[in-house]
Amino acid sequence: MEPPTPVVSGQLVAYWEFIVENFSQLLFRTGEHAEIISIAIAIAVPIGVGLGILCTFDDRLATVVIWLAGIMMTIPSIALFGILIPYFGIGAEPVIVALVLYSQLPVIRNTYVGLTDIEPAALEAGRAMGMTRLQLLRKVQLPKALPVIMAGVRNSVVILIGIAAIGAFIGAGGLGTFIFDGIARADVPMIVVATIILSALALLFDYGFGVTEQLFRLRNGEEIEPSRLTRVIQRVRA
Amino acid sequence: MITFEHVTKEYPDGTVAIEDISFTVEEGTTTVLVGPSGCGKTTTMKLVNRLEEPTEGTVHRDETPISEFDTIQLRRETGYVIQEIGLFDHMTVADNIATVPRLNDWDESDIDPRIDELLELMDLPPDQYRDSYPTELSGGQRQRIGVARALASDPDVLLMDEPFGALDPITRENLQDEFLSIQSKLDTTILFVTHSIDEALKMGDRIAIFDVGEIVQYDTPQAILEDPKTEFVEDFIGSDRPLKKLQVTTVSDVMSPATDGFATVGGSETPTAAVQSDGGQSVTPLSPTDTALSALSRLVESDHGRLPVVDEGKLIGTVDDENIRHSNDGDRS
Repeated sequence: MEPPTPVVSGQLVAYWEFIVENFSQLLFRTGEHAEIISIAIAIAVPIGVGLGILCTFDDRLATVVIWLAGIMMTIPSIALFGILIPYFGIGAEPVIVALVLYSQLPVIRNTYVGLTDIEPAALEAGRAMGMTRLQLLRKVQLPKALPVIMAGVRNSVVILIGIAAIGAFIGAGGLGTFIFDGIARADVPMIVVATIILSALALLFDYGFGVTEQLFRLRNGEEIEPSRLTRVIQRVRA
Repeated sequence: MITFEHVTKEYPDGTVAIEDISFTVEEGTTTVLVGPSGCGKTTTMKLVNRLEEPTEGTVHRDETPISEFDTIQLRRETGYVIQEIGLFDHMTVADNIATVPRLNDWDESDIDPRIDELLELMDLPPDQYRDSYPTELSGGQRQRIGVARALASDPDVLLMDEPFGALDPITRENLQDEFLSIQSKLDTTILFVTHSIDEALKMGDRIAIFDVGEIVQYDTPQAILEDPKTEFVEDFIGSDRPLKKLQVTTVSDVMSPATDGFATVGGSETPTAAVQSDGGQSVTPLSPTDTALSALSRLVESDHGRLPVVDEGKLIGTVDDENIRHSNDGDRS
């Protein structure tokens, strides 16, 4: 019986050949994917943080908004794309709209929690010193909530990277294109390589936002064990 | 001056925090509100900067009812220190202290020296502490910053809610002493809340003793110790009332002017000259500002029945246990 090793190495060779042959395409699609995510996040964060802030003014509003954002998460992405096509056509646009909607729950919830879960003494001191509601928000609540909001953004980016891949189904481009092509042609290396890049992209975004979150936490005087990159950035800035 | 006129505060859930309270806090004095927890002392304090609004009655600042002030401006002109301190951990010490001056739109060029001035007043070298973050400081240092922040824009009224309550006994005592010396340099009207009668006796020019929702006695520390109006006050003071009285009595109150048997050495220039008794032994003298309690403790440990009192190098009197005993009879005050 033949040992299985050559089969595996044979597959590895096939993956490698795929990468070499399609390198520029892979690079282009990865860029496209990152672009869709970046646009979606750039739109989603201001909306989510704004809604989160609104929620702190009224408990009932908070319940409704967070509940609706939660419902959003339960809608299958394919279905949501289908619903959005009549309004936004096909391509990247409906996908970006869908991504914005999907990212709301983590961003709104973390903003709301970050703004409300603040040491009551700091809030009382701020109020007693004569800060208006907005000054309290700007000078005390938002700076203190920033790491928590960042954690929400980080959370939603990772979710979005996976969902954006499905966007290729309605012509948004990105790494999902390889996966759908690969399925259609039964081209395993194509699917596997695209998936690995997709995961790597998610890990990269996750790590980047993680470091940002840590920098905010350190600036707020929280005691954490910073990652290596965080320490390097701190040293460079110091 | 702060005046409470028949003030009642009832919370929406029906709890009556204080009922029909009337008293006046004199300009530039420290008035301590003291009582067991839940007696309404903190609520009373919060009425002054409108963190709470009275259900009935009015609180006046000087002659004006505080309801006529703009709430935000009123708070910016009122210092506020709480037990939990409530420093902003995301800001440096300097930025924390600058909070109210910045809210009041001071020039940055005026704020900077003010921060240094306050840090020096609090015995924290500005070079070392300006740029540190509150989380890097000890509890005592944090509360010093809390006090500095409250004093930053030189408020006429300072509200303090158990400011030293969360500190260890030694730090607390140090901060109390420091604060007393700071306070003597300010002409701020202070309303101080505590549950500790010892702290009240130490810090207060006048003390308001609270039982549930009402003031049972409002008087000077000496008067409260000499003549507790009710059994509640007596219980609250505790069984060591005579010793507490000695604590609020100074040596100058009890000493007798007779100085026979003692003489100064070291010349009149020396602020606290050692004093020799007839036998030639040197005795460390008392200062007229020492408490009668520390005089008593010195007498107990000393071989002499009598101790000299020296003020600025001058021998001005002596104290023996007879003097101290008399102070407790109520002959003197």
